[in-house]
Amino acid sequence: MSPTLFRYLENSAAAFPDRHAVVDPSGAVLTYRELSELADRVAGFLVAAGVQRGDRVGVVAPKSAAVVATLFGIMKAGAAYVPADYSAPAARNRMLLADCAVKVVVLHSQCASIVDEWPSADRPAVVWLDGADAAGTAVPGTSWDAAAGHEPMREARVVHPSDLAYILYTSGSTGIPKGVMLTHENATSFVDWCSDEFTPSEEDRFSSHAPFHFDLSVLDLYLSLKHGATLYLISENLGKSPQELAAFIAASRLTVWYSTPSILSLLAQFGALDRHDCSSLRTVFFAGEVFPVKHLRSIVERWSQAAFFNLYGPTETNVCTFARIPSSIPADRTDPYPIGFVCPHCESLVLDTFAGAEVVRGGEGLLHIAGRSLFQGYWGRPNDDLFFERNGRRWYNTGDVVRETVDDGFIYLGRRDRMVKRRGYRIELGEIERGLYQNDRIREAAAIAVPDSSAGVKIIAYVTPQPGARPSIVELKTFCNRALPSYMNPDAFVFVEALPRTSTNKVDYQSLTRAQEPAPQPIQT
Amino acid sequence: MDPIKETIRGYILNEYLPGESPANLRDDTPLRTSGILDSMATLNLVSFLEQTFNIVIDAHETGIEDFDRIGDIAALVARKKGAAV
Repeated sequence: MSPTLFRYLENSAAAFPDRHAVVDPSGAVLTYRELSELADRVAGFLVAAGVQRGDRVGVVAPKSAAVVATLFGIMKAGAAYVPADYSAPAARNRMLLADCAVKVVVLHSQCASIVDEWPSADRPAVVWLDGADAAGTAVPGTSWDAAAGHEPMREARVVHPSDLAYILYTSGSTGIPKGVMLTHENATSFVDWCSDEFTPSEEDRFSSHAPFHFDLSVLDLYLSLKHGATLYLISENLGKSPQELAAFIAASRLTVWYSTPSILSLLAQFGALDRHDCSSLRTVFFAGEVFPVKHLRSIVERWSQAAFFNLYGPTETNVCTFARIPSSIPADRTDPYPIGFVCPHCESLVLDTFAGAEVVRGGEGLLHIAGRSLFQGYWGRPNDDLFFERNGRRWYNTGDVVRETVDDGFIYLGRRDRMVKRRGYRIELGEIERGLYQNDRIREAAAIAVPDSSAGVKIIAYVTPQPGARPSIVELKTFCNRALPSYMNPDAFVFVEALPRTSTNKVDYQSLTRAQEPAPQPIQT
Repeated sequence: MDPIKETIRGYILNEYLPGESPANLRDDTPLRTSGILDSMATLNLVSFLEQTFNIVIDAHETGIEDFDRIGDIAALVARKKGAAV
């Protein structure tokens, strides 16, 4: 086992210096020697800039080979990287970067508004990925090229496996994103299991479809670079264009694919897969949400030479269960496939409530996970109600309701709270409501999720406008597009005079959900 | 009233803006940069247009700068229909 994530790169750079490590979306290639050299130089720059072991460094930029080198440089300097969605609202990104007090932020100029409106007194130092001149902002900073030209740091800082490697922010139930803290050991225990289970080699060509703020990227980045394989970075635009994506898979002769079911569904429906030879694929992973069986069947039939695996696990645990999908899916099957059996680096318990009584096999309960990949808590938040001790282990409640079977392992049944998955992203419905409340013309807002056979879930927002100030639905969609990450924008809006309330004056979400069965109808109050 | 525009408008209202007044979805209302259509919805719209008008729209014709407003999309469809005759 490697004690730290950056040792993977160092080891591969020693073993395979001239092999291709990363292919940038532009087509430019970095060998292992070049990638390692750049990471060393970025580390040297960060240390000279005052970054200490345990500090946090933000990264907000489109995916590129320079960003990959930056992530390794940050870790080699002893710090944790904090990747954020460059297309998310600047205010949201500023909030999460301030939450964990990043000392430096590496930014693309298109994200300049994050720091433009950040008071200089507590603003982090800025590294502009596309050059200080390109930023068009009054905020001073260093160009990434200058950082990458710094004297290299050959010997990494002493970093303990229990040090934080990265913090991934995820939607919070109160509307405030929360930072999931993961150590080097949390990640390496997962990556090393992947090595044992899926046996990649330096001949493999991995996709990197997920953005780096999404936990699927951990497998892409580290499993690929640990084994001397080549990582093909997929830009956001390419990632959303199924035909071009299928052509890219074929032209790059990718052997390992990992994405959400949403993307595989798009490929199955719109990828014109009969026109693109994707026979190089040997392993296809999916994770992040339930895969509608009709689309899964379609892609499994198209790529029949590949082995398909359903990987399950919240960001807080890394992947903790997995299941192999059979090569032939019966035509009459409509039930989603199970999430499978617990990985060897984790242990599982099914309990009736948080820290409650064990549920006998076959019964429904909350999946609790313990093990080396389990996160350390949320940045700046108390851990009191997060973990509990039992049998000498620290357990975490995933909040996912499951049923355990002998033959199939765990079957995912749903949630008891207001967290939903959409396009693989976790969404707390409260965060959508908080976004809506920022609109001056909205008096009350409530968001619900309803099942959808094609998209998985649809999000419906019920809104009560201020008297005489009802916005149009077009205006609300446009407003949410600015106030929320795009995957949180509601699918439909329903205007009501007042939200239904329970006897204790809480929003009656059950009543709203019932109103959506079977067809959307405005509530008459 | 342009029948192509009204077909596109009707489809978007029905699928992605249920309950909205047609008057609020203008020919020049941004569709994708406003969040009304996400990537999946855009692909569904392309598929709808291809089937409804019996045309083929290539991926390079659906760039966000040329395929973001009903007016521009209708013009593309009209050109395609004209070329197909």
